[in-house]
Amino acid sequence: MIILFYLSSGLFLGWSLGANDAANIFGTAVGTKMIRFKTAAITASIFVILGAVIQGAGANNTLGQLGSISTLAAAFTVALSAALTVYWMTRLKLPVSTSQSIVGAIIGWNFYTNNPTDLHTLTKIVTTWISGPILGGISAVLLFMLVKRISKKTKLHLLYRDSFIRYGLLLVGAFGAYSLGANNIANVMGVFTGAVDLPVIDLGFIQFDSTQQLFFIGGIAIAIGIFTYSRHVMATVGNALMPLTSEAAIVVVLSQALVLFIFSSQGLSDAFQSIGLPAIPLVPVSSSQIIIGSIIGIGLYKGGKEIKYNILGSISLGWVATPLIAGILAFFMLFFVNNVFKQDVGGDRVLIASPEIIVIDSIDSTEYLLLKEFQDTSALQQTDTIYTSVLQQLSEEKHSPEKNYSLFFKIVIIVLLITILVLLYYLWNRHQKFRLLQLQIKSAEHKYLLKIENLENSIKDKIHHHDDLGKELKFRQNEMVTMAISIIHKNEFLNDLKREVAKIKAGAKDYDTRLELNKLSLMITQDLSIDRDREKFQMHICEQNSNFIHRMSEAFPSMTGNEKRLAVLLRLNLSSKEIASILNISPKSVEMNRYRLRKKLKVEPKVGLNDFIREF
Amino acid sequence: MSLLYKNVKQLVFDIDEFIDTVEQGVLVFKEGVTNYINGDKASFADKIERISRLEAVADKLQRKIDDEFYRHSILPQNAGDIESMIDKIDEIIDIAKDNLYQFDDELPYIPNELTNDFIRLTDTSTEAALSLFPAVRTFFREPIKVKEMLSKVYFYEKEADKISRNIKRRLFHEMKDLELSQKMHLRYFALHIETVSDKAECLADTLSILALKMSI
Repeated sequence: MIILFYLSSGLFLGWSLGANDAANIFGTAVGTKMIRFKTAAITASIFVILGAVIQGAGANNTLGQLGSISTLAAAFTVALSAALTVYWMTRLKLPVSTSQSIVGAIIGWNFYTNNPTDLHTLTKIVTTWISGPILGGISAVLLFMLVKRISKKTKLHLLYRDSFIRYGLLLVGAFGAYSLGANNIANVMGVFTGAVDLPVIDLGFIQFDSTQQLFFIGGIAIAIGIFTYSRHVMATVGNALMPLTSEAAIVVVLSQALVLFIFSSQGLSDAFQSIGLPAIPLVPVSSSQIIIGSIIGIGLYKGGKEIKYNILGSISLGWVATPLIAGILAFFMLFFVNNVFKQDVGGDRVLIASPEIIVIDSIDSTEYLLLKEFQDTSALQQTDTIYTSVLQQLSEEKHSPEKNYSLFFKIVIIVLLITILVLLYYLWNRHQKFRLLQLQIKSAEHKYLLKIENLENSIKDKIHHHDDLGKELKFRQNEMVTMAISIIHKNEFLNDLKREVAKIKAGAKDYDTRLELNKLSLMITQDLSIDRDREKFQMHICEQNSNFIHRMSEAFPSMTGNEKRLAVLLRLNLSSKEIASILNISPKSVEMNRYRLRKKLKVEPKVGLNDFIREF
Repeated sequence: MSLLYKNVKQLVFDIDEFIDTVEQGVLVFKEGVTNYINGDKASFADKIERISRLEAVADKLQRKIDDEFYRHSILPQNAGDIESMIDKIDEIIDIAKDNLYQFDDELPYIPNELTNDFIRLTDTSTEAALSLFPAVRTFFREPIKVKEMLSKVYFYEKEADKISRNIKRRLFHEMKDLELSQKMHLRYFALHIETVSDKAECLADTLSILALKMSI
């Protein structure tokens, strides 16, 4: 169990690698929707594991030469500091390299334990950091030219080409994933290979040594990283530096895969040596660096206009910062682990800080003898008996392969179970979230539909109400107009009658007749001036238009009663002549009153008074 | 989206059939207008029926192609442009059909003096569209060569413009015997025929930009 705990930091680093570097391989293909994420993730996971198990040993040896971490606690700490660096930089969306991170962390361990750093190995590694992208760029340009030439010569239909590109992206992606696993698994599990020794698994036709088993576990961690987090990174990779076409994406991934393969293939290196060429250094290189080198290569081939050079700055900063941060973090974490948790971190730091508390899991007989030489003898004497029995137990355990074998299998099963559980939880969680989202969408849809229905009903009601009101208003208006017209007719009739009476009176010679006619004329005049119908009508229109009169009074407080009455009559769209008849004044007076009203209401010359009043 | 897309061959066949259908539609339009001008009513009726059938086939194929493009996420970076191009190709047969129907519905009177001009206008306008189809076919195989194939389209479109303008000028300047309504009627028919070449020009513009995008 304790091994599993220590491996967790490496698994975390593997997860980070999967989350980050898988995007380099399938980012463009998924981003441009040429390949589904699920297809990409499954392919990448399978081939990463295959690459790690089959071809991961070469680069691992070089990393071991840089710093051979011999204790589990140190391996755990170094991997954790590298993983934290990668995770943090991934969160900041900075292209980050696990290779540089782990190298930085190992150098941090070397510093802390006073272990000399093998400069030759370091130079070899750093050289590949530079040569990797350059090689990537060159191979990308060559491949790009080749693809262009083939594309021109074949004259394929666009749809066939699209189909071939999909297959190409998948195949190249698989190769890229294989090479990534082969080259970068050393970053994930390399630090543990010196500290963990697992028995060989013999399946009859194939054998898996301790390193391969560790790489298998690391490969699973990478696969989990691909499934759980790489989707987010895929969205940003590819177009961040330069927009890539699908053909360019194939070229870039193939170029990356080739470079990673070259730097991890023992067979190729041996083949080089057999024909008299120098051996290829088998070094874990940064896949991100090679991708960027390849993209820049293509960009320069195309004229260099499309490259977003400002992103290069932040990427370069990440490259420098990654090993530095990882190294410093590793140094301080080792100090913490060594002095606070009293764990053996290897090198000169073995148990110097705490002679009384010793971790029995990690101690072996050689270390114990060394301790005996350096520590206070009296202190040791007290615990001597305990150590002897513990060492006997350890020795027995060490020499019992069946026990170790079963222990390893237990660990693998536990790891797998945890992985499956995590995956199941993740899938269940996603499903739940999806269901919840669907429910929310349905509920929102239902709410909106109800709301729309209510609004429609309300609009219908309003329209209906408005129609009713309109009808009523029209009816009232018609009523008033009819009333006004009847008054007008009556007044006109009375005026005619008055004129006729005057005519008869002028012709009449009899005094009594003239007197009677005078009386009649007076009655008509009185009726005209004191017209009950008119009064009733005026009261009626004032009542009907009370709101309008109120609004008018508020807006124009200086309006007189007559003016308000005139405004109401104008609102009924009556002509000046008709108004004159209703008000028993001459049409000229009505015109004058209209003029005054217009001035009082400050109506613009372009606007008609009737329109102004109707829209008021 | 399906990566293992097995029906590419069928889709290529559908696209080719679609282009062929539209091309046939344009040819039928050309023949139909000539039949109308020559007073060959039986042939004209046959052309009306044929163009209607061809237009329906083109619509069906267009919907199928659109559907396949979306369902299988084919050419995801250029799908929108290609669908818009296919839409514009379909517009040509739509316009041709509408125009032929207008002849059938409105029965424009074409005086003898103008028959040759109208036939020439129809020939030139349809020639612009017919010159476009080889370019469309080439676009799917060799986008880089499309641009050089479009010069004919632009040439015929300009010629059609000239002929159409000439017809309008003659109508309003020389044909005193015609009623104004007849002049206006014929003017619109010249315009209708001309729209075929206008649509072809519009498609040629789209095609040249798209070809440039694809060949980068």
